[in-house]
Amino acid sequence: MTRLSSPEKLECARKEIVAKIDPSKPCISVCAGAGCLASGAAEVIAAFKTELEFHGLTTEVNTRGTGCPGFCERGPIVMIYPGEICYLQVKPADVPEIVSHTIKEKKVVERLLYVNPATGEKVTRESEIPFYKNQQRNILSENIRLDSKSIDDYLAIGGYSALSKVLFQMKPEDVMGEIKKSNLRGRGGGGFPAWRKWEESRNAPDPIKYVIVNADEGDPGAFMDRALIEGNPHSILEGLIIGAYAVGAHEGFIYVRQEYPLAVVNINLAIRQAAERGLVGKDILGSGFDFTVKVHMGAGAFVCGESSALMTALEGRAGEPRPKYIHTAVKGVWDHPSVLNNVETWANVPQIINKGADWFTQYGTEGSKGTKIFSLVGKISNTGLVEVPMGVTLREIIEKIGGGIPGGKKFKAVQTGGPSGGCIPEAQLDLVVDFDQLTKAGSMMGSGGMIVMDEDTCMVDIARYFIDFLKDESCGKCTPCREGIRQMLRVLTNITTGKGKEGDIELLEELAESMGAALCALGKSAPNPVLSTIRYFRDEYEAHIRQQRCPALACKEMIAFHIDPAKCKACGTCFKQCPAEAIEGGKKRIHVIDQEKCTKCGTCFDVCPKQFGAVGKISGEPVPPPVPEEKRAL
Amino acid sequence: MSEIHLQIDGKDVVASEGMTLVDAAKSVGITIPTLCHHEKLEPYGGCRICTVEVEVRGWPKLVAGCIYPVEKDLVVRTRSEKVDKVRKVLVEEMLAHAPDSEQLKVLAEEYGADKDRFDKHPSFCIHCGLCVRYCAEIKKKHAVGFVDRGSNREISFFPEIAGKECWDCKECFPLCPTSALQAAYVLAESLMSPPEEAGGCGCSCSGHKK
Ligand SMILES: Cc1cc2nc3c(=O)[nH]c(=O)nc-3n(C[C@H](O)[C@H](O)[C@H](O)COP(=O)(O)O)c2cc1C
Ligand code: SF4
Repeated sequence: MTRLSSPEKLECARKEIVAKIDPSKPCISVCAGAGCLASGAAEVIAAFKTELEFHGLTTEVNTRGTGCPGFCERGPIVMIYPGEICYLQVKPADVPEIVSHTIKEKKVVERLLYVNPATGEKVTRESEIPFYKNQQRNILSENIRLDSKSIDDYLAIGGYSALSKVLFQMKPEDVMGEIKKSNLRGRGGGGFPAWRKWEESRNAPDPIKYVIVNADEGDPGAFMDRALIEGNPHSILEGLIIGAYAVGAHEGFIYVRQEYPLAVVNINLAIRQAAERGLVGKDILGSGFDFTVKVHMGAGAFVCGESSALMTALEGRAGEPRPKYIHTAVKGVWDHPSVLNNVETWANVPQIINKGADWFTQYGTEGSKGTKIFSLVGKISNTGLVEVPMGVTLREIIEKIGGGIPGGKKFKAVQTGGPSGGCIPEAQLDLVVDFDQLTKAGSMMGSGGMIVMDEDTCMVDIARYFIDFLKDESCGKCTPCREGIRQMLRVLTNITTGKGKEGDIELLEELAESMGAALCALGKSAPNPVLSTIRYFRDEYEAHIRQQRCPALACKEMIAFHIDPAKCKACGTCFKQCPAEAIEGGKKRIHVIDQEKCTKCGTCFDVCPKQFGAVGKISGEPVPPPVPEEKRAL
Repeated sequence: MSEIHLQIDGKDVVASEGMTLVDAAKSVGITIPTLCHHEKLEPYGGCRICTVEVEVRGWPKLVAGCIYPVEKDLVVRTRSEKVDKVRKVLVEEMLAHAPDSEQLKVLAEEYGADKDRFDKHPSFCIHCGLCVRYCAEIKKKHAVGFVDRGSNREISFFPEIAGKECWDCKECFPLCPTSALQAAYVLAESLMSPPEEAGGCGCSCSGHKK
């Protein structure tokens, strides 16, 4: 591997790589992201290799494991180029057919295509699948264009050209100016303008400065950072080096959570490859600029993603937030100025440099520019990673991209911003998604988690669920967070188990107010799930407290199952399947649930044939007395 | 050191750079209560009883007075309605752990805190960290530390070190705002039980637990 000692040599190397690529040569790209690997992508890749060898096609067809395109629910995803044919949920057994049909005969394997549930039509090309079609994949689209383990692939799509441009055509102030003009805001939580941190750090007199990638991604269910760092590690690295040049840092850290082993492997490999090519290390591309970077594995706690805790962890101490009234951009790791940005924030940097701030700002709203990747999960037809321009509405994301709520259920709320975000109700679905609007609605952008809930979700129980998560994730250092969460959880547990009291809502609000005094943002934002559900679903809280009723019929302790004697046809299905043997039945006898024995598992409710619909769920009212024995005969 | 002018509870205060709000307030006779603060120890900001309200660019914000440095023209309120409400809840939360603490009783009086607001908790510890930090920073022994996190966080004497160091020291006991006796109790217990028989955290800090 030759070191690239000048921008010209970089361009030569790039030309050489591109020249070797034959655009008409078929290429099989299999997503090798963690999601697809979990559903068997490695076996699929192996099967392709064997099959191609069998047909003697190894040299005529390329295969590669790419980064995650985001439609994980339908993985493993296979794309065949040219033609961009997209096969979903591919198994090793499908591989021979794909090779013989698609590769050899240029025909499409219909059964592996996406079927539009609305029209029943089959869709061949990835870009025509509604899930993708309605996105603006500025960042994510690169993932499937390259083998995540190949620097050549990254160079082929223009990789490191932004770095070269910065080092040879721009002064650090110019870079700063461009980032400022783009108004790139942090994608990891707070939405803080990146240039402000960069400038503060740059202006700090201390000559030792650091730049850091936050790849701790602790939000349960979120995986956009993982997809980026696993799928396109060089883009993060390139962004980081550009940032280092702008602020005058010569050392960097990439803080990756331990639970992302593939991300750790891929980013380490990327750093090694970049170092071999002279893109990291001393005298980068012959510019005289030096930059080295270390990967640090995080120990797992959610709170370690908080900036001061992360920096404490980098110093080798317990990852606990520390009081900071002096910005970490001025006094961070070992008290040196440290610029910390999220993975996605860094990923935007090379694009802004290459395409310009004006290109970037054409997407988005007044205050929030560019695109944002969301992790769309929950009660939604299409789950996965969704990249949209800031400013689309929640409705567009949920209905057009997500494909709506499955099972004919009604939408109830969407929770954004991770565990300490808030729930937004149906009435606000036309809310424009950007940093400021989400905050105004009592939620937040967070790092882009989006959990969709349907009518069967109890909003008090959801609040309880998130507070329960935070109970174990708070570091426990400061009183308002540790004790506030403890007390909130107690109140919420009481409410959802039928032990709520008048005054509980007010108590929750009072606790929430005291948590404003917490040391770090975890404690300060922890009340969001509670406050937002009180704000939009107060009636549900009141029904639990005053009528012992769970309107969503979800809180187990507050519901009962009951067989309507007028509807029961004595088919015996529930009788046979009840795991608690709580149903009294018999041939041609009306079935009755023994409320004492019933564990409320809901099996009878699920299995009672649709045409009878005899089993009902009730809450907040007494269970009708059982039909007397002598009247049970049908 | 340059002089910094700011306003605390309506009084004009002249402070020097690097002073905290607690220090600056003290210089004009205003007391901001503290629990986890100790002059000899690194700033901690754990108990938050020193919470005050400051106005930053017109926005009111709650900050820890024991850490927040004086700033030019800062407006500080140490007894706003919000501050008092927050302190009341914090005292009530801590009283659930240490209802007999003299310091907490005084604070309860001042802020109208109800010691029975929240159910009593078996652990007496209010997590001020004074013992832990004193042992680590001053004595450099690390005989006592925090284990676990979130609601499960507890102090714990590590028997291997405590068995050797503590009997001749015990300097942390009087620091405890709840009750020195209890700290002693925990220590004694952890020394009595061999490490392998101890609870999940490798000691029996939680002699009070379950
Ligand atoms: C409890 C907590 C957890 C956080 N976790 C993460 C995380 O996993 N990843 C991340 O990028 N930012 C996380 N943040 C936000 C960081 O503190 C910080 O604001 C961010 O990394 C800055 O980068 P940005 O400006 O590019 O968003 C977390 C914040 C808090 C309070
Ligand atoms: S707010 Fe919570 S997580 Fe943050 S320092 Fe306090 S206890 Fe720890």
